[in-house]
Amino acid sequence: MREFGNAEVLFIVFALQWTLTLTALAFFGGGIAGIAVALLRISRSRYIRLAVSGYIQVVQGTPLLVLMFLCYYAPSLFGIELNALFAAGIALTLNASAFLGAIWESALRAIPKAQWESAEALALPQSKVLRFVIAPQAVRIALPSTVGYLVQIVKETSLASIIGFVEITRAGQLVSNATFEPMKAYVCVALLYFLICFPLSRFSQWLETRSPGRTKGPSRG
Amino acid sequence: MSVIQVENIRKRFGSLEVLKGVSMSVEAGEVVALIGRSGSGKSTLLRCLNGLEMIDEGAIAIAGHRMSYNAAELRALRRDVGIVFQGYNLFPHLTAGENIMLAPVQVKRLSKSEARIEAQRCLDLVGLGDRFDSYPDMLSGGQQQRVAIARSLAMQPVVMLFDEVTSALDPELTEEVLAAIEDLAAQGMTMILVTHEMRFARRVADRTIYMRDGIIHEQGPSDSLFAEPQTSELRSFLKAELGQ
Ligand SMILES: Nc1ncnc2c1ncn2[C@@H]1O[C@H](COP(=O)(O)OP(=O)(O)OP(=O)(O)O)[C@@H](O)[C@H]1O
Ligand SMILES: [Mg+2]
Repeated sequence: MREFGNAEVLFIVFALQWTLTLTALAFFGGGIAGIAVALLRISRSRYIRLAVSGYIQVVQGTPLLVLMFLCYYAPSLFGIELNALFAAGIALTLNASAFLGAIWESALRAIPKAQWESAEALALPQSKVLRFVIAPQAVRIALPSTVGYLVQIVKETSLASIIGFVEITRAGQLVSNATFEPMKAYVCVALLYFLICFPLSRFSQWLETRSPGRTKGPSRG
Repeated sequence: MSVIQVENIRKRFGSLEVLKGVSMSVEAGEVVALIGRSGSGKSTLLRCLNGLEMIDEGAIAIAGHRMSYNAAELRALRRDVGIVFQGYNLFPHLTAGENIMLAPVQVKRLSKSEARIEAQRCLDLVGLGDRFDSYPDMLSGGQQQRVAIARSLAMQPVVMLFDEVTSALDPELTEEVLAAIEDLAAQGMTMILVTHEMRFARRVADRTIYMRDGIIHEQGPSDSLFAEPQTSELRSFLKAELGQ
């Protein structure tokens, strides 16, 4: 048995890089896929909208933990060995794409139809209407909830510990097992999550209360 | 030669037929007022003229384009047909100047500096030369509406369509917007104005069209139409509009 000392704390702190890596993977991967999800959800084709809606329902309806297992074990059926980072990254990306996609879809829908029409009446093609008129307004509406969701992602990366990926939760678990000091280990882990999440939460709140000024129009749904 | 030629168009929303065979033509430089009760199809007609609504039957030719719902052809048509709505619909995240510059830069491929000069010229036209950098929410309704007019003018349209552009404004602010439209009329712009301002229609429009239940019920030179309405429906409509 080992003492709970500086080395143990450092071990957990070093694992922070993997928590942050996973968060970045999920946020950027999920962000790009989420943009696609949101845009397809406002597509003119009913079938595309339905198909994407089905995707959102399935992903949102599956516990992330189960998604994590599926991403880890499914490739092995085809003889592919995925490393834990990759599997966790995919699971978190899928999950984030569905949630961010839904957030952004509702932001896009919150922009009045008259904005589309008056931009189209100026002979702007759809892609430019979206880029120069709709998206900038939708981004302002969606920003607080997007940053808020980033906090969720940080915490959700802890589930990667279940497939053996050593981020801070798994590091805490290892330290706890080695030292029989679970309280110290997990308080240390909790503190680290708090240090990342708290500023993000405050930032999200600040974005939310920021003077409504130019961001007139319906509030986010 | 007529700038707008509308032939027997029909438009349905589901089972509701809103335009029941409308034909009209507008000559270059002509100003036409469109009046009629709420729900008579005035806005729908205007929106059909720049392809915001698809017609079910009939044909439209406007500013040298045949109405087509092919995306590229429709954009070409819209470059030449400006429309201004009751609700201004300025882009709230852009300044007045940026609102006006957007389409010239993105559609006509003007350089930023060319577009800036053009935007300034259009703002001057509507008497807002000093509000280039104001955001829409810093402007009064009347000023926003004039920016919206300037935004359409910056595309140098052949035809301008106005849909009740003063209905959302207080009476004091109505005048400044009407003055901007009157200036345009004086410069020979071809225009269709949907309006509830009967006195303005009479003063500015060469011709007035009275719509009722999706058809043109009566039309004629504004002076004679307002002075001697021929149908009892128009008489009672005018009485109600002018009486209030
Ligand atoms: N997108 C739509 N879907 C269904 N019905 C519509 C739509 N747009 C208009 N209508 C209906 O068409 C009819 C004519 O509407 P329109 O807006 O053209 O009238 P209007 O003459 O402009 O009236 P107002 O003076 O109130 O603006 C109304 O009964 C309206 O409810
Ligand atoms: Mg109307």
